[in-house]
Amino acid sequence: MSESTPVVDMKGISIAFPGVKALDGVDFRLFPGEVHALLGENGAGKSTLIKALTGVYAVDDGTITVLGARQSFGTPAEAQAAGISTVYQEVNLCPNLSVEENILLGREPRRRGGIHWRNVRRKAEEVLDQLQLGHIDPRSVLSSHSIAVQQLIAIARAMQVEARVLILDEPTSSLDADEVQQLFSVIRTLRDRGVAILFVSHFLEQVYEVSDRMTVLRNGRLVGEYLTADLPRMGLISKMIGKELDALAELEEAESRRQPDRAERTPFLQAEGLGRKGSVRDVTITVHAGEILGLAGLLGSGRTETARLLFGADRADQGRLSINGSVRTLRTPRSAIDRDIAFSSENRKEEGLISDLSVRDNLILAMQAGKGWWRRVPRSTQDQLAEQFIETLDIRPANKDALIRDLSGGNQQKVLLARWLITEPKLLILDEPTRGIDIGAKTQIQKLISGLASGGMSIVFISAELEEVLRLSDTIAVLKDRHMVADIPNDGVTMEDVMTVIAGTGA
Amino acid sequence: MSALLRHRLTWPVLALVLLLLLNQLFRADFLSVRIQDGHLYGSLIDILRNGAPTILIALGMTLVIASRGIDLSVGAVAAIAGAISCMYIYSSPDPSSWQTAAMGVTIAVVAGLALGLWNGFLVSVIGIQPIIATLVLMTAGRGLAQLVTDGQIISVSNDSYQAIGAGFFLGLPIAILIAAGAFGVAGLLTRRTALGTLIEAVGINPVASRLAGIDARTITWTVYVFSGLCAAVAGLMISSNVTAADANNAGLYIEMDAILAVVIGGTSLAGGRYSLVGTLVGALIIQTLTTTVYTLGVPPEATLVFKALVVIIVCLLQSSRARTLFRQRRRPVTEQSQVKVAI
Repeated sequence: MSESTPVVDMKGISIAFPGVKALDGVDFRLFPGEVHALLGENGAGKSTLIKALTGVYAVDDGTITVLGARQSFGTPAEAQAAGISTVYQEVNLCPNLSVEENILLGREPRRRGGIHWRNVRRKAEEVLDQLQLGHIDPRSVLSSHSIAVQQLIAIARAMQVEARVLILDEPTSSLDADEVQQLFSVIRTLRDRGVAILFVSHFLEQVYEVSDRMTVLRNGRLVGEYLTADLPRMGLISKMIGKELDALAELEEAESRRQPDRAERTPFLQAEGLGRKGSVRDVTITVHAGEILGLAGLLGSGRTETARLLFGADRADQGRLSINGSVRTLRTPRSAIDRDIAFSSENRKEEGLISDLSVRDNLILAMQAGKGWWRRVPRSTQDQLAEQFIETLDIRPANKDALIRDLSGGNQQKVLLARWLITEPKLLILDEPTRGIDIGAKTQIQKLISGLASGGMSIVFISAELEEVLRLSDTIAVLKDRHMVADIPNDGVTMEDVMTVIAGTGA
Repeated sequence: MSALLRHRLTWPVLALVLLLLLNQLFRADFLSVRIQDGHLYGSLIDILRNGAPTILIALGMTLVIASRGIDLSVGAVAAIAGAISCMYIYSSPDPSSWQTAAMGVTIAVVAGLALGLWNGFLVSVIGIQPIIATLVLMTAGRGLAQLVTDGQIISVSNDSYQAIGAGFFLGLPIAILIAAGAFGVAGLLTRRTALGTLIEAVGINPVASRLAGIDARTITWTVYVFSGLCAAVAGLMISSNVTAADANNAGLYIEMDAILAVVIGGTSLAGGRYSLVGTLVGALIIQTLTTTVYTLGVPPEATLVFKALVVIIVCLLQSSRARTLFRQRRRPVTEQSQVKVAI
């Protein structure tokens, strides 16, 4: 942590996209042997700064100095050759290749014009051992491992190049607590070897646990650079969102909500022993109008699979599903939507966004699909709805013609939420609607969910954050090892209670 | 100005204009259109008329490509349509009446629709990759056409039938009117309804589209049926123009011209955003190029190479990456490079 020469020194970086100034004169330094956290809300410019450093975007203004030499990387490969390795939030590996092939892809040791497979294996094993991942068979196919393990393999790949700088963009968002600890121990090992680590995460506890220094961005501008030890958590939050703490506390305060009367009416949706071979089983849940049902469970416990069954994205082959009192088989998402069910996937990029279309087109998509191609939603209605939802959900930039791929993650999430709200569903299934989203937007979305339920909408809410599930839900269904183990009414239930169920051997 | 330079139609239109001017340089009367016997005549009219089949097929191809697919079978479908209608007229008891021609045309169009249904079925229901699914018909289709014509070139003499490819109406060649009509209908159908947006959505992200409730299967199916229809009508034009059905050579390689027209017009082969006007410009460039070859007196053996050269220049002009590279060499300041894969 000495004030030695920085490995990376970025000065006055500016980048503009059509209609958006993504970065405006930002300075950033990274020293060898430190873990440096880059913090800011969605759209603050974190990803853009990383992409500027790794050669994905060319900078409009400013200088980048790496190891004392001025650089302007044209491609990520050039950045990598200069010693900067990046592990992105979404795993960017080849799922159909083996672990060892992925680790050494493009850098395979050669012999007589061919690949020296024995060395490939040896090198892969070496780097896996260093990261305490020796239990992974280098010959196994990458896709046979969990996302968490794939993430660690991506880091192994990054380390194999002898990187001087390692950039970790939201590396923990799909890891469970043990895996996070494993990752952190790897990070510390690397730091002690003098690697400069740039760490981006929305989990502030993790930032405080692992980082030495932090840089805060807001709206594309630099707020400041701080030593982690000097900046208390509340101070950090107020710097990130630029609001006084009182206002934040007010925002956090959950609205008190009328409790739905479960006995009174027929439930909107009722599943009995719903399941699908190879997916989940024993899903027995009831959702009334105005009720929020939380799905809790560990990663891979079957939360998403349950949501997909309820939405017809996968077809159930066991059990019974009744909607509004009548038994239904949902064969396609279309048939679920026609029964006023909506589903916002956890996988924004692959299952939500139509990246090359505008915000307006994306907003209107589900409504248009419902009307069929023949009856086009009139342009004036489209514009009006787009403007209305951009305002109510505070979507930024407030430009309905912007391409959705140019928006930040949190704003994309809001657009996808709005896509479903426009269709006025009776049941909204939200799979991780707050994942990878900053505190400000997160509270906004939580408030929105609570407000929708007060208005009579049923909600199935999925989140990896148990605290969030407890705060919002009226009832909590607990999943474990791909089947449902408990159904707990949320009256004074504590985190520990739910965790006991998740951990317990029986229910 | 810079907005104009970035517009995706700027470069193709510029290329077309340059090509036309080049022709004018070598033949002073190239751009003139005269009226003779109440009909419009001139090189420009010829380009439009001879290009009509390519325009039609490229039109269908644009929507297929926008949906992330491709239709290689259009040439074969065109040959089948020509074969069926000519064979019907040839073997009917009254081969010169307009009723016979109308019946032949109807059967051929229905066949085109049926073949489009087949392609659409393979792609959207069975889930075969479009390039393979349509390759089946590309290969088998020529064989089907040969079976229909019994391996012969079938010549017909029917004035009504001949009118489709060679006739005039209100001073304009009927082929041009048909192509223009199809163009207008497709434009209205995709942009006045939501069909265009939904096709783009399916082309950009099929999974997300399905989850948003779009009936992706029907959309995909529809574009292949439309492509089959366009190919059949184009096949009728081709065979009508020469009053004969040639199962082997009618519409040969027209799928390549059509794909090229779509790409020159700025629609990405990866699917998604498309431009019908761009496709029109692309098809016209290709047809003008063929004419240019004759105007310039390029030796026949060099024709294909010459065409390829022009095409590669147009594609390079369109590629933002190529333009950036070119600009960087003159001016060392880096432009904001667009991270788009240029085709």
